[in-house]
Amino acid sequence: MKSLRALLVTYAGVMPSMLMLVGFLVLPLAIILVFSFLTPGPYGGVEPQVSVAAYVKLFFQKDLYGDLTFNSSVLEIAFRSVKIAAISVLGCVLLGAPVAYYIAQQPKRRRNTLLLLITIPFWTNLLIRTYSWIIILRDNGLVNNFLISANLTEAPVKLLYTEGSVVIGLVYTYVPFMILPIYAALERLDAGLIEAARDLYASKWRSVTSVVIPLAAPGFTAGSILVFIPCLGTFVAPELLGGGKHLMLGSLVQMQFAAGRNWPYGSALAMMIMAVVLVCLTIFALNARKTGGGMQH
Amino acid sequence: MKKNDRDIRWLPGLSWLTALFFLFLYTPLLVLVVFSFNASRSTTVWSGFSLEWYHKAFTNDAIRVATQNSVIIATLAAILATTIATSAALALARNKRMKGKQAFHGAMLLPLMIPEIVTAVATLIFFSTIGLGLGLGNIILAHTVFCIPFAYLPIKARLESMDENLEMAARDLYADKWATLRFVTLPLVMPGIISGAMLAFIISLDDFIITLMLAQAGSTTLPIYIYSFVRVGITPEINAVSTILIGFSVIVVSVSAFLGRKTAS
Repeated sequence: MKSLRALLVTYAGVMPSMLMLVGFLVLPLAIILVFSFLTPGPYGGVEPQVSVAAYVKLFFQKDLYGDLTFNSSVLEIAFRSVKIAAISVLGCVLLGAPVAYYIAQQPKRRRNTLLLLITIPFWTNLLIRTYSWIIILRDNGLVNNFLISANLTEAPVKLLYTEGSVVIGLVYTYVPFMILPIYAALERLDAGLIEAARDLYASKWRSVTSVVIPLAAPGFTAGSILVFIPCLGTFVAPELLGGGKHLMLGSLVQMQFAAGRNWPYGSALAMMIMAVVLVCLTIFALNARKTGGGMQH
Repeated sequence: MKKNDRDIRWLPGLSWLTALFFLFLYTPLLVLVVFSFNASRSTTVWSGFSLEWYHKAFTNDAIRVATQNSVIIATLAAILATTIATSAALALARNKRMKGKQAFHGAMLLPLMIPEIVTAVATLIFFSTIGLGLGLGNIILAHTVFCIPFAYLPIKARLESMDENLEMAARDLYADKWATLRFVTLPLVMPGIISGAMLAFIISLDDFIITLMLAQAGSTTLPIYIYSFVRVGITPEINAVSTILIGFSVIVVSVSAFLGRKTAS
C-alpha cells in the first residue's frame, strides 16, 4: 500500500497548477451553476432560495396579468450569436485554407517565417485589432473615402455597425486559429497521394477536393472548433463594430452583471453558452475518434 | 516559380490569395500605425508627420497609471503561471509513477476551452461571494489561471524534444535529484520557460473581458482605458498608445519564437 507521503511526492509537481485551476476556475463555474438555480437578490447577489425562474426567463416572460408567455428575444440573440459565429467560421475556412496550403508547400525556413507572420497580429491587443477596423469601415473611413473619391458612390456606404462588420472583425481576429491546425494537417500530407490521383487522370481541382481536403479534415474540424468557441461568447466585436445594436450572447451576459444585476439570470445565460460549447466539443471528440480510426486503414 | 511548377501540390492563384490574405492581415495595423504620426486629429486623412500624439500619450496621467497597473498585473501573473506550469510540466514529463497523466494534461488546457465571458462572470461571482477584495490581487489571480496553458505548452514542447539521457548521465555521476534538476534539467528547459513566460505576459497584458468584469476603481488597465476611450470617440492618441503596444508585442513574440526555434534545432 502506498503511503500518503509517497502519493504527495508523486503528485507534488502538478498540485499547484491543479489547486489554481480547481480553486479559481472549476469552483467558480460550479458556483455559477448553483447560482443559476437561485433567486436574485435586490442589489445583485442571490438569495438562498431554489428557483428555476432564471431558466424560465430565458424563454418566457410575464405578461400584464402575470401569466407566462413565450418570449423569443433571448432565442433570437442566441440564434444570431450562433449564426454570426458560424459565418465567421466559414469565412475563416475560405480565407485560411488556401493560405495554409500555400505555406505547407514552402521550404522549411520560409514556412516558419510565414507562420510567425500569421501569429504576430494575434498577439497584439484584441481591442486594438478591432479598433483598427473602425478606422477603416466607418462613414468617413478609408474604404468610404476611397469609394467617394473614385466616384463609385456619392454618400458613404454604411459598413460599420452592421452584422457584416462584426463578422469581418471576428474573422480578422480568429483566422490564425483556423490556419494553424489546417496547416498542421496539410504538412503531414503525403504528396504521393496527390501524384497518384493525378496519374489516374484527376484534374488539379479534383485532386484537391477528393484527396487533399478529406485528408486534412481533422485540421478543418479542429480549426472550426477553435474559432467557433470564442466567436460565440464574443463581447468586443459586437460592442465596437456592431455598435451594441446587434446584441450577442456575450454582451447579454455582461449586462446582467453590470447594469441588470440579475445574477441567476446571467448565470443561466452563461450556462447556455457552456451547453453549446460542450455540444461542439463532443461532436469534435466523436469526429476525432472516427477520423482517427479511419486513418489506420 | 520554376520550383513551384514542379511541385505536384501547386495550384494556380494560391500565391495571389496568400498575398491578399497578408494584405488583409496587416493593412489595419499599418493604417493604425501610420495615422499615429499624423499631424491633424484625423485618423483617415494624412496631413503631415508629427509626434504630437506620442507626446500627449506620454504626458497623460491616466495612461501612465493604466500602463503601470497592466505591467504589474502581467509581470506577477506571468511569474506565478510560469512557475506552477514549469513544475507541472516537469512532473508530467519525468515522473514515471504518476497515473492519469493525460487527464492532468487536459486539465492544464482547460482555460482554453471555456469562452472568456463565462470565465469572467464565474470569477466575478466567485470573488464577490467569498468576499475577496484585493484590488489588483483579484485580477492577478484570475490572470494567472488563464495564463497557465500559454506558459505550459512551450515548456512541455521543450521537455519533449530534450534528450533524457543527459539527466540520466548526471544521475550516474552521483548528482542527486535536486542537483540534476538545478544544473542539468532547468538550464536545458530554460528557453521553453522564458518563451512560456513571455507568452503569458503578453496574454495577460492584452486581456480585456476578464479584467473589465473584475476591475474596480483604481485598477484600470491599459485595455480597459482604450476601451472606454474608443467608445466615446476616436483620437490619434489611442493610435499612438496602440502603436507602442503593437511594437512591444512584436518584439516579445519574435524573441519568444526565436527561442522556440532554437528548441527545435
